[in-house]
Amino acid sequence: MADSDGRQIDSINHAADGDGKGHGIVRAKTEGKELTKEEKQRLRKEKKQHKKNKKDDKVPTEKEKEKEKPSVQAPSKPVTQSPTHKAAAPVPVSASASESLAAAEKPVKTKAELRAERRARQDSERTSKQGKKEGGQQSTTSKPKASPSELQPVVKRLPEHVQVDDPAALKKLAKKLERQQKSGQGCGLNITGVKVPLRSDYGYKVSLFSHLHQYSRKNPPTQQISIPATVIHPSVVRLGLQYSQGIIAGSNARSVALLHAFKQVIQDYSTPPNEELSRDLVNKLSPYISFLSQCRPLSASMGNAIKYIKKEISNIPSQCKEEEAKGKLQECIDSYVNEKIILASEAISKYAIEKISNGDVILVYGCSSLVNHILCDAFEKQRKFRVIVVDSRPRLEGREALRRLVKKGIRCTYVLISALSYILPEVSKVFLGAHALLANGYVMSRVGTSQIALVAKAYNVPVLVCCETYKFCERVQTDSFVSNELDDPDDLIVTRNGKTHLENWQTVKSLGLLNLVYDVTPPDFVDLVITDLGMIPCTSVPVVLRVKNVDQ
Amino acid sequence: MELQAVLMAAGGGSRMMDLTYNTPKPLLPVGNRPLIWYPLNLLERVGFEEVIVITTKEVQKALSTDLRLKTDVKMKLDVVCIQEETDMGTADALRHIQQKIKTDILVVSCDLITDVALHEVVDLFRAHNATLSMLMSKVHEFTETVPGQKGKKKGGEQRDFVGVDVTGKRLLFMANEADLEEGLVLRKSIMRKHPRMLIKTGLLDAHLYCLKRSVVDFLVHNKSVTSIRGELVPYLVRKQFSKSLNSPNATEDSEKNQKQQDAHNNLELLSTGKDEPLLQLARERSCWNDHRGDMSEAYHGGKLRCYVHIMEEGMCYRVNTLAAYIEANRVAPKLFDDPSIHPTAVVTERSLVGSDSIIGPYCQILEKTSIKRSNVGTSTTIKEKVKIINSIIMNGVTIEEGCNIQGSVICNNAVIGRGADIKYCLVGSGQRVEPEAERTNEVIVGSDQLMEI
Repeated sequence: MADSDGRQIDSINHAADGDGKGHGIVRAKTEGKELTKEEKQRLRKEKKQHKKNKKDDKVPTEKEKEKEKPSVQAPSKPVTQSPTHKAAAPVPVSASASESLAAAEKPVKTKAELRAERRARQDSERTSKQGKKEGGQQSTTSKPKASPSELQPVVKRLPEHVQVDDPAALKKLAKKLERQQKSGQGCGLNITGVKVPLRSDYGYKVSLFSHLHQYSRKNPPTQQISIPATVIHPSVVRLGLQYSQGIIAGSNARSVALLHAFKQVIQDYSTPPNEELSRDLVNKLSPYISFLSQCRPLSASMGNAIKYIKKEISNIPSQCKEEEAKGKLQECIDSYVNEKIILASEAISKYAIEKISNGDVILVYGCSSLVNHILCDAFEKQRKFRVIVVDSRPRLEGREALRRLVKKGIRCTYVLISALSYILPEVSKVFLGAHALLANGYVMSRVGTSQIALVAKAYNVPVLVCCETYKFCERVQTDSFVSNELDDPDDLIVTRNGKTHLENWQTVKSLGLLNLVYDVTPPDFVDLVITDLGMIPCTSVPVVLRVKNVDQ
Repeated sequence: MELQAVLMAAGGGSRMMDLTYNTPKPLLPVGNRPLIWYPLNLLERVGFEEVIVITTKEVQKALSTDLRLKTDVKMKLDVVCIQEETDMGTADALRHIQQKIKTDILVVSCDLITDVALHEVVDLFRAHNATLSMLMSKVHEFTETVPGQKGKKKGGEQRDFVGVDVTGKRLLFMANEADLEEGLVLRKSIMRKHPRMLIKTGLLDAHLYCLKRSVVDFLVHNKSVTSIRGELVPYLVRKQFSKSLNSPNATEDSEKNQKQQDAHNNLELLSTGKDEPLLQLARERSCWNDHRGDMSEAYHGGKLRCYVHIMEEGMCYRVNTLAAYIEANRVAPKLFDDPSIHPTAVVTERSLVGSDSIIGPYCQILEKTSIKRSNVGTSTTIKEKVKIINSIIMNGVTIEEGCNIQGSVICNNAVIGRGADIKYCLVGSGQRVEPEAERTNEVIVGSDQLMEI
């Protein structure tokens, strides 16, 4: 008796030290058939608690179970007269240790045997479902990280009345940012707890756009970062600052600058011991991306670039040495920029020049680097045309486009967008740049573009959109409200003749300043999209996306 | 790593010799903390973990023994000692520690007391990829009477002329009144690029500079530059607009000019060597310009840029004169909320300590003493019936009964005899004032001090 007890205790200890996932409970169940009702209830409660505190309170609950063992064994001692060689009930989850244990304590009664089996099976299913649920939770928290092109910072399926600067929602966002860093660190094994500073919203938001963030340029995201930026790589901090101050603006420029910063991050990266570069580097990049999206919401082109980099990093074979891997990644980034941006713009300008004939009057809006490139190329190839640059407040980017074209020698006219309908009868073609092309054929571009396309359609002027394929994104949007970007409302304040009328706009309760950045143009207004794959109609965008996915 | 902090604490305090002939300037007590504590605290608050401190042996000893410095400062201090006699300028000191400098640096002077949001200065440095970024603030007029000042305050220090562009951030012109004999000369190239310039004179240079690494390398090549503020900063500001070396200057062909051109060449090369093609591409594609109205690209294509952040409000003091020292003592306690009476000080109940006074540790204040608007240092003994108003008492001072001290500065280990009446005086270190003395507006220093010229 004492021997079997000793053996039981040994095997109990062995099983407890092993993967104590649900084995202790299984054992308790198989032992406790003769237990009183109260003890059974107690066991059930402890099981629930054990499952809840599985990771943290492993030791105390085990201690509890240890304490349980002696009390459990006492009533079952008279029952377990059976020899140890009795065949154990087929418990699917148990390891060999608990199997032998169950075998050691197998009662003679068959009905109880069956009940035990049933209970054990239920337990095992419950624990496996629990494990799956936890794994699922991990994947949902990492999903928002995986789709950075989403402009919505708030958790999905939020009730409509919740505003983005609701304190509860802000707390959730802050926690989500923290969780992103933690869960992204590989099963919570090494929680670096990278704290990305949370930028607070500024000013009254127009109710239609209250689900978007509105930041002020006077509160930079670097306020809460330590000055020698250690947590976030210095080049990423610099990039974030340049984004938030508008020094790097424009979809192409932002992507290129992002890739440049990532090159420097990869350069300074060193794999920590016991980690793989392919997994750890991706985790390192997540807080940087969160920081950048706090500075300014990511653009579709940036999102695609990030996806590409992450894919390249995860595809690095594990036996690759660190220096080699880093060199390969740098090359990948360089080739991406070369192919998707530089060569693409060459290809686009080659296609576009066929559409520019002598004597054309071309209308452009704002400052699109691609359209400027096309026009400069066409001018070099001795095409005779003149350009009308349309501009709009508050960014007044058209001035920069005007400067570049005039510096080249092109004859330009400059108007504000309010004069559009007056100038359109002179125009023969409209060239527009795009921030992104959505999967349903809508063109997302600077606010005002849809107006230009609309009026041009009314005047029967062809509208050509120039866009590289890396800006194509899988999002679908039919209006400009659901996902947009709100810029600093103080940009709308202007001082004329020494008077600043909107200086105290915050004190007027019924006044809201709205500074939208993007809008979407329906495909009916766009006649042609010129991409590096050729000239396609607007509705062929999903085809291109499909082909791209197949390629990758 | 992004920035390395360098704290210049080897200066002699040449403008307040009465205070510093015995105590080195970084160890002067301000608000019962050594002066060097303030910039160290500023750096620690913003998140620096390591500081390179360039100082003398005496200060180094104090850094490791002084309780306040040792316990309060959690950063790692890398102390570099230089000999006092060598008379090194700040730029010389940077050249001396060139080996330790691996990234861009933030140079702070030990006599700066400020509560500026340092990220404003550093953000300019980061966002515009600037070569120099500095901090300036509006000059505060000192209202307190300065002991030992005979007659009205003369013009004081010479003014700085600072020219900034329309945004108020880009530094276009910097010169000290002393360097402008005939008048203020502006180059046409500056006016062509920045037609609107604001020139300000009422600004105080906080001696806080963010410098690029290439500047340190430039200093190594050019041994003639000795002082950061006096020579390096005006040079950098001027060089923003100088013609690039592609246009040869045929008129002056002397050796000296060649060397200067080489130096300039060095600076340009060093600062542009790192401009990667991707960064170049990003800048080309970006639709941003820092100015408008002319045909040039952002920054006029210039590689060297100097920025300044001018503090409108907030505290910023440089303790390099006696008046500044007194003002700082008045204001500095507001920077931190220590209890005004240190817990180890022994203050008897019958004495009156005003709420705007601070008493240091281990003090002894006996009965019927009244202390108003004053700072009393460590281990000071103040006997009965003493009246102290508006004064600064440093460490280890003994003040006998019945004294009346007003508007004065009493330095370390001085002894004021009983019944003395001291108004607006400065009593030097270790001096004794005889009992029943009546001094007004005097500087009482030892005879050995009088020998130094």
